[in-house]
Amino acid sequence: MRKHNKMMLVACVLTGAMSSFSAQAATTEGSVLAAVQSRDMLRCGVSSDKAGFSYVNDDGQWSGMDVDLCRGVAAAVLGDAQKVEFVVTTAKNRFTALASGEIDVLSRATTWTASRDANLGADFTTPWFYDGQGVMTHADFGVSSIEELDGAVFCLSPGTTSEQNLEDYFSRRGLSYRTVVIEKSTELYNAFQHGRCDAITNDMSGLASRRTQFEDPQAFTLLPETISKEPLGAYVPQGDARWRDIVTWTAFALMTAEELGVTSDNAEQMKAKTDNANIARLLGTDGRIGERFGLSNDWAYQAISQVGNYEEIFNRNVGPNTPLRFERGLNRLWNDQGLLYPAPIR
Amino acid sequence: MSSLSASRRPHPALRWVHKQLFPNLLQSILTLATLGLLLWSVPKVLDWLIFSATFVGSSKADCVGGGACWLPVVNRIDLFVYGFYPDTETWRVNLAFVLAGAIIPLLYFKRIDRRWVLGYMMLLPFVMWWLLKGGLGLSSVSSTQFAGILVTVFLGVIGMLFALPMGILLALGRRSKKPAIKLLCVLYIELVRSVPVITLLFMASLMVQLFLPEGVTIDILARVLIVLVMFTAAYMAETIRGGLQGMAKGQYEAAKALGFSYWKTMSVIILPQVLRNTIPPLLTQFIGLFKETTLVVVVGVLDVVGIAMSTTSAPEWIGLEHEVYLFLAMFFFVICFALSRYARHLEKQLEKSR
Repeated sequence: MRKHNKMMLVACVLTGAMSSFSAQAATTEGSVLAAVQSRDMLRCGVSSDKAGFSYVNDDGQWSGMDVDLCRGVAAAVLGDAQKVEFVVTTAKNRFTALASGEIDVLSRATTWTASRDANLGADFTTPWFYDGQGVMTHADFGVSSIEELDGAVFCLSPGTTSEQNLEDYFSRRGLSYRTVVIEKSTELYNAFQHGRCDAITNDMSGLASRRTQFEDPQAFTLLPETISKEPLGAYVPQGDARWRDIVTWTAFALMTAEELGVTSDNAEQMKAKTDNANIARLLGTDGRIGERFGLSNDWAYQAISQVGNYEEIFNRNVGPNTPLRFERGLNRLWNDQGLLYPAPIR
Repeated sequence: MSSLSASRRPHPALRWVHKQLFPNLLQSILTLATLGLLLWSVPKVLDWLIFSATFVGSSKADCVGGGACWLPVVNRIDLFVYGFYPDTETWRVNLAFVLAGAIIPLLYFKRIDRRWVLGYMMLLPFVMWWLLKGGLGLSSVSSTQFAGILVTVFLGVIGMLFALPMGILLALGRRSKKPAIKLLCVLYIELVRSVPVITLLFMASLMVQLFLPEGVTIDILARVLIVLVMFTAAYMAETIRGGLQGMAKGQYEAAKALGFSYWKTMSVIILPQVLRNTIPPLLTQFIGLFKETTLVVVVGVLDVVGIAMSTTSAPEWIGLEHEVYLFLAMFFFVICFALSRYARHLEKQLEKSR
């Protein structure tokens, strides 16, 4: 008997000390918002090592496109962009973390696909960044479009979807290309860098971060077109339409701010006085849009003034003045030949 | 005559050189080639590592020496050590490191009563947990703030010390005469030992959440810690069982003759001796666990490797993988090598005292 008691005691002490339970309501309509507000902290699932999207900067702060979307949501919901706990997720556990309520938002450069939306206990919000397979070439060719690369030599790794996409793209347009096939990616990029081929193809974001490692990154251009579709954006737990609305419209608000010329610098000024009814509605001086979401009416103002509009976010994290040097490409606004089409805030 | 021949005999050092390095032509060539290789490479390596390396600066543009660029490590050393721990609370981390480090000298002094050492080791994980996670007067720190060397030490030391009592109980259970207890312990030990730790970590990260009632989550740090404790305890049980079996039968019989109960025999006579004898292998096991903690990066806990990976993907430091991973290698080498030498030293001391 004594033996058993001791064993039980040890077991109890161990588990008691090691598990810290935190209760969270199940995902029903409005429950995530209530949980976030009562916790006064947003839990956001991110990646720990995707250049320009989510990583830790030298000051120990999370930064990147994906991170800023979370900060925007935190500002809109809690009024403070700093009230975010970043939970590192991996490609494997990200949807489990979302479904189990460990995180409120998954903002981890995750592509919007039918099977994910259908299966995984997760709902997609809206595309935040249009990635896709791109093409990089030598800057001194003076090429500005993939179509000008007729007859070019491409460096490829064998048997990948990117090879297939390239084949589709060129044959559809009646263009031709030749290939140098190299198995290992480091050697592949080296071959390209040293001129064994004219162009190389991969995900845009991947090409851009590889380029920063080249001896002379300036000598290479990323062409603006993409030849495959990779709409990246935030997922929320399935079953809470209210929360999904909030995250979606926060993203739209940041894009709309760019459209209307509202920046983190001039937001306060515009909130005080503006002749534009659209801006007044966006910043919450006119109408009660925020209240209907269950937020305060200055939700969008908080997000814009603390995080910046889409353009500021883009330029700060991946834009031309960062080492990644992304072109806006598809991520321009709809009225500038891009795909960003934020639904009207009214 | 004799003095002449003595003076002709070469110096012992020369004789060693002749015998070990130049016994025949092939060996001589190999010796010279190795020497040449060392003379050629060592200066280059040192030059890259230290003399031409950059230690001070703010961005990649400052790395112009042609050597290693240590800036991502130097500029981020706080991040590497403390992770996201609040700046004003880092004294708690430092104190925890000191408390954990204190075990090492404690093991050295034979004068200190083993029971004190054992008591310290039993108490330490709770104290460290309280210091680092907070509560009871200290502000509580969320697990998402834990990263870097802090996580590595936290998981390694607390994991090891929680595993110790569990390992002892498992080892005793395995040698128990009661079939139910014995069977349970054997099953547990063999099951855990035959599954790779990474599988258990994935289970902790993916499956535990699905089994819990909706809305209940267990802290991810606690989950991986439990896995590491379970895993280490199974291996530790086998080490301690070895120690138990190595005990002379007379010890048990003497205890019985004195009328000691099972627990008294174990706690007063057998275990103190067994633990003393098993300290070196347990220390080696700690080295293994310490390195194994790096696996937690696959379930999204940012240990020192996770911070390194995040560093090499920060746009300002992309492309400096060599330096960052070299730093990691040196960190683990210094700690693990020092500990393994120490374990070896304790082992020798033990042999002498026998």
